[in-house]
Amino acid sequence: MAHADLLSPGTLTDPQPFVIAGREFRSRLMVGTGKYASNAQMIEAIDASGAEVVTVAVRRVDLDRSKDEGILHHLDPDHFFLLANTAGCYSASEAVRYARLARAAGFNEWVKLEVIGDQQTLLPDTIGLLQATKTLVDEGFKVLAYTNDDLITALKLEEAGAVAVMPLASPIGSGLGMLNPYAIRMIKQRLSVPVIVDAGVGTASDACIVMEQGVDGILMNTGIAAAQDPVRMAAAMKDAVEAGRHAYLAGRMPRREVAVPSSPTTGMLDAGA
Amino acid sequence: MKEMAAAGGTEVAEREIALNVNGGERRIPAGWTLADLLASLGLDARTIVVEHNGTILRDRSSFASLELTSDDSLEIVHFVGGG
Repeated sequence: MAHADLLSPGTLTDPQPFVIAGREFRSRLMVGTGKYASNAQMIEAIDASGAEVVTVAVRRVDLDRSKDEGILHHLDPDHFFLLANTAGCYSASEAVRYARLARAAGFNEWVKLEVIGDQQTLLPDTIGLLQATKTLVDEGFKVLAYTNDDLITALKLEEAGAVAVMPLASPIGSGLGMLNPYAIRMIKQRLSVPVIVDAGVGTASDACIVMEQGVDGILMNTGIAAAQDPVRMAAAMKDAVEAGRHAYLAGRMPRREVAVPSSPTTGMLDAGA
Repeated sequence: MKEMAAAGGTEVAEREIALNVNGGERRIPAGWTLADLLASLGLDARTIVVEHNGTILRDRSSFASLELTSDDSLEIVHFVGGG
């Protein structure tokens, strides 16, 4: 089974491969490459995370410090699937421009599309996002759209041709975890394309709870990079994503408001001996 | 006459043009190609993308034949860490 390694423990394989736009990936955890103390630490953390998809940003080359090399001098594009983002773009046209520049780098036609609407929250401008999605899909891009946890926007993005929809758990870099599990579950239930939760995961338990909702994957950056020990947190995130996936597949017990004993209620000794 | 022509020739070779690169003015010798500029900046063409007067150059083999002219506007970008 090609996707047997999605989940590490022994024979408990994942019944569903993780496929986006016809391409199968070996890990449900995708990671960003920003905010690390050093390139060496970034590489070590990505290795510990087991991620195959790594995101990168497009920026001007600093001409006065050209020894400050781009990330491709550190990250081997043969070992990872590079997913360029349009982070920092505040309009559809700007995001489209960045996506085209990223594609011209020559690795793939995929883009993690962000159209940001507000500097304080970095919440998406969903109208601009939808416009940019349509434009880029028409140009042959595979669009993974970063959006909020609104079902209607998610449905419209799917209809516009996004190959994956990426609702936030909470705002970018906030580490607040998943604020609205109901909304995330509803999006997952209603969409046919993969749902990948992007942004807001702060620690391993957050990642586990996200995966327990049944979503297809998680993308995170700050949750790993801003930990005291990013490499160890990356390992924790890898385990948490797998644990959450197992738990989802296993199907949790029903919640009850009253206790139900785990031990037999029969065979007890007579009281008051 | 010959000497003067040679001097004139030198003058032509040293003529500079100004263009906009990544938001700042840069002066380069007239006649330079994009490949010449990238080499002078120490940039590896394989790791960058260039937008020339608003048009993204998707074919890197065109860099060597693209002669830069006065007031050209270039954006030279690459991948950096991001989420």
